[in-house]
Formats: sequence, C-alpha cells, structure tokens
Amino acid sequence: MDSFLPFEWIAASRFLREGRMQTIAIILGIGIGVGVIIFMSAALAGQMTNITRRVLSAQAHIVLIPPQEIARPLRGGDVAEAAHIQKPFQRVRSIDQWQTIAKDVGAIPAVTAVSPMAAGAVLAVRGEASRSVTIQGVEPAQYFAIVPLPDKIVAGSARLGAEDIVVGVDLASDLGARVGDKLRIAAASGQGPTLTISGIIDLGNKGANQRTAYCALHTAQALLGLIGGVSSIDITVRDFYTAEDIAQQIEARTGGVEADSWIKTNNQLYLAINAQRVANTTIRFFVGLAIAFGIAAVLIVSVVQKSKEIGILRAMGASRGQILRVFLLEGAVLGLVGSFIGSVLAALAIILWGKLVKNPDGTPLFPLDLDPKLFLAAAVLATLSGLIAAYLPALRGARVDPVVAIRG
Amino acid sequence: MAEPVVLLEGVRKSYNVGTPVETEVLHGIDLRLERGEFCALMGPSGSGKSTLLNIIGLLDRPTSGRLTIDGHAASGLRDRDLTRLRGHTIGFVFQYHYLLPAFTALENVMMPMLVEIGHPDGAMRTSADELLASVGLTQWRDNLATNMSGGQQQRVAVARALAMKPAVLLADEPTGNLDTVSAQGVFDLMKRVNAQQGTTILIVTHNRALADQCGRIVEIVDGRITTDRRLR
Repeated sequence: MDSFLPFEWIAASRFLREGRMQTIAIILGIGIGVGVIIFMSAALAGQMTNITRRVLSAQAHIVLIPPQEIARPLRGGDVAEAAHIQKPFQRVRSIDQWQTIAKDVGAIPAVTAVSPMAAGAVLAVRGEASRSVTIQGVEPAQYFAIVPLPDKIVAGSARLGAEDIVVGVDLASDLGARVGDKLRIAAASGQGPTLTISGIIDLGNKGANQRTAYCALHTAQALLGLIGGVSSIDITVRDFYTAEDIAQQIEARTGGVEADSWIKTNNQLYLAINAQRVANTTIRFFVGLAIAFGIAAVLIVSVVQKSKEIGILRAMGASRGQILRVFLLEGAVLGLVGSFIGSVLAALAIILWGKLVKNPDGTPLFPLDLDPKLFLAAAVLATLSGLIAAYLPALRGARVDPVVAIRG
Repeated sequence: MAEPVVLLEGVRKSYNVGTPVETEVLHGIDLRLERGEFCALMGPSGSGKSTLLNIIGLLDRPTSGRLTIDGHAASGLRDRDLTRLRGHTIGFVFQYHYLLPAFTALENVMMPMLVEIGHPDGAMRTSADELLASVGLTQWRDNLATNMSGGQQQRVAVARALAMKPAVLLADEPTGNLDTVSAQGVFDLMKRVNAQQGTTILIVTHNRALADQCGRIVEIVDGRITTDRRLR
C-alpha cells in the first residue's frame, strides 16, 4: 500500500487486479473501441483534407468578382414606365478600384494570398484546329501562392512572360501542340496575339485541362479589352473552412463586389464532405456508447460479486461516498487504460495504413496524421465515459445493505 | 453505577412494515452490557440473534425502542453519523466472510484505520503489525487472505476488529466454521483481548462448551430474552 494513495484508489486498483481476466477483457474491448474511434477520426480528417486539398489546390478559396449588372426600369415619378424588364447579359468588366480592394483584403489577418486576374473566353487556334478556352491572365508571383502551377507542370515550365502561354494537357493534345509551339489567341473581335506554349499543366480534371490557359496579366488585359483592369481577385485564406465567413466579411467591408467562397461554388462537394462527417460522427458515437455500456456491464457484475466485501467495508465504517468513489474510480481507470491501449492500436493502424494502402503510383492513398490532440481527446473522453458509465453501478454499490450482504 | 457500553430499551424489529406480511422478530428487548463484559448470545436458528447483533452493531435500525452505544444515543442518527459511530465503537468478526481477499493480512488489519483516515501511514502500519503480533501471525503478514487457513483468517479478523480500539467487539458465530482446536484458539484470543484490554465482547454461538467459558450467557427464543445468567 503506497502511503500517498487514498483508500479509494487502493481499493479500486485491488478490486480490478483481483478480477484480472474480467479487467483484461474489458480493457481490450475498450481499447479496440477507442482504437476504432481514433482511426476513424484520423481517416475522416485525412480524407477531408485530401479531398479539399486536391480540389482547392487548383482554385482560390474566395473569388471577388464585380457585381452582376442589372437593368433598372425608368421611372417617371412613382410610376414604372416598363412593365417587363429583360435581364441584361453579363460583360467582362473590371472590378472598380480593384487595387484598393486587393490591398484592403490583403490586410485581413486570415488572408494569406491575394492575386488579381483578368479572365475571359477566347479561341485558341493552331492551324485548322481551334478550341474555346478560358484565358486567365495572372501575375505569376502572386498567383502561384494560390494555385501552385509549377507543381502541376507536366512539360516545359510555368514561365509567363508577355508572349508566353501555359495550357492544360488535354487542350494541348486537342490542338496537337507541344512546348515551344505557337498558338493564336483570338478574342471575340477576332483579333489577338500569337503566344508561345511555355508549359503544359495537369490540373487533375479533364474539363479544366481542356479549357484552361494561363498568360501574363497584361497580355490578358490587352486581349480582353480590360486595360488596367481585372475581372476577378483570387484570395487564399489560412483555414479553408472559414472561407464563407471571410467572404461575407469582405462583401460587407468592400460593398459592391461579390465574394464567392469555394464552399458556395463547390456546394455539392461541401455537402458530401459534411454528410461523410455526420455519418462518421454517428458511427463514432455508437462505438463510444458500446464502450460505455461494456464498462457499465462489467462494473455491475463487479458490484454484485463484491457485495460481501462492500458489506464488510461498510461494517468497518466505510461511508456510502467512499464506496461510490471506489467504483467510479474503477470506471475511470478502465476508460483511461483502455484508451492507452486504443491509442497504441490506432497508431499502429495509422502507420500500417501509410505503408500498405497506396495509389497505383505508390504514393499513400491519403496521408493520415498521428495527431497528439486526437489521442489526448480520446483519453479524456474514454475516462469521462468510464466515469459516467460507472455511476449507476457505483450508486448500486454504495446502496448495498451491509446486513443483507453479510448475511449473503 | 457505571454507564453501560450497550443499552437496549424496548427494542423491537419488524420486517415488511406496513404490508400484510409484516413480521416482528424482536419483541421489546431490554439488554445492558457493562464495560469489560464477555457475553455469549445463544438461541435456536431464527430466534433473532443475528438481528439483535446487527442492531447493536449499528448495521440495522430497530423499528422502535432506544439504543445507546458507548454513551451515544444511536436511535435517530443519520446514516453518515451512524457509519462514523460504528467505525469508532464497534468491531465485527463474522462467521463466513472473514477477510477482504484482495488484501494481505496486514492490509486487512489496517483497513478500518485506512477507511477512517483516508490514506495509509506509518503509525497505521505499526499498529497493524502489533495487532498481528498479538494474534501470533506476524510471519503471515504479507500473505493474501486466501492463502491462510480458516483459523488464521479468523484470528486476523479479530485483529482487524480491534484496530480502531472499539468499545464493543461483536462476533457472529466466529468459530462456527472452524475445527475444535482452531475454534478454541480463536475463542482464547478473544478471552485474552477481553481480559487484557477490557473490550466488551458479545459473541453469538451455538457452542455450549464455549459459551460456558463466558462471563454471562443471554438466551433468546422467538425474539424474546428467556434467560440471562451471569457465570462469574
């Protein structure tokens, strides 16, 4: 008996040690449950990070665009002149005062990168072949902080000089073009420069690869008739889940620009991630519940088995509170030790996942992190579950009538 | 006249009170145990001996009547106060459930002090060692209860019952499960405790030979005291 330990600790640990097989079985049960919860949490986090990283590495978290043009009825006094208002078509327009807006947005602490863009629909022509593409004129240094084009290069380089163009891999294939070939870019007016393909990129999406081309900002400005202007401002934020909130902040702050977050523009993806998160949380909740019932069942049996000992302890002066605490501690200890075992099992599973589950190219399917916070949370939750699950059995133990228990 | 250690006045005990099967098992018991008395409580099975012992030991409450233990009126005490009074004034030795099997002999003897103080200390250990020595079991101090004979376990139980220096030691057929030699050994131990420490002892027994060695025999039949004899 260690001098620094209170009676409740001593009794709880001895009772657990006495029912060794029972204790080991429930601790293994808790361990497996906690392991499943930790692994599922890591898998969910890894999968979500992976999906969003793949999607968001090819687009900005928030895009600022000029407000939609609307037609206003002419009014003479209080009476509208026209009963039917036709919706106007949307021209490629510049964001008014875009430089001031870009500077303002760049000052928001949650924003990590801001890049202006002049984008519009053009024709890419090579010999007899032509394809409709979206040309995106960017400032390479700023834009690469948002979409790392150099990482997506499959041929050539991401150089964007005044006469350079970087095209999607499928567009290059459709046009039969290679790095160094010339493409004529024609705007709606039919006029346009001839640019040299400096690089071919793979954006990870066939549609995007067929329709996307990058050039220098001022080249696009001239091509699209937006001299000195930009059609959008791309923004990246620190935590992409906060993109919608920040977009709303920006809209409120700038007034007059429309801020679209990736959550709004990729709503289906966001809903799918959310649905997965809910399903995963539900499974984890029920696994947790099964653990709690397991602990409760073991402790109820323990209270019944130990009722004579409880009777003897009560006869020698142990209070109901002391007996209650002994069994609560048993629950907490089972939860805590079980969570340690579960953490080890989960860590092993996560390491094995990284080694065994791979893409065809040999890279991990998606990386799972050994996040210490996850393990700590699991330990705290398992201990708390143990305490809560132990409450009813402990109450039952505390209420054991010593006369009945001793009479046996 | 000195104050009695145990005083029962008109104590009644009924079970299933308020139901059609209400049964009274003790019918107005008056009993007075003086300090230092060694009293045997005898009677046939079902006569109410154990119920009376449980009431005196503050494990059970009488339905009516007054109970005073070591000068403290026990009737009407709250559960917490009753538990505290029990811990300080009463020591128990039971027939079947000798010791806590998860603990060693020494730890079993320390247990009442541990329950009272909350955590073990050196004084507690020394006191438990002395008690074990007094029952002749020093060499068994680190043995788990399950590794000892019945007689040894019951001697440890006596040492444990004395740990809080109780005013009254209550023993419910403490030798009922032992062979004759072990039974006499445990009984002699209690006689010695009674003689040397002046602890009041009330022992429930069916063994007439042992009862005859006590200073007083109280017999109970159908919940009533029928005989109360002082032998010396």
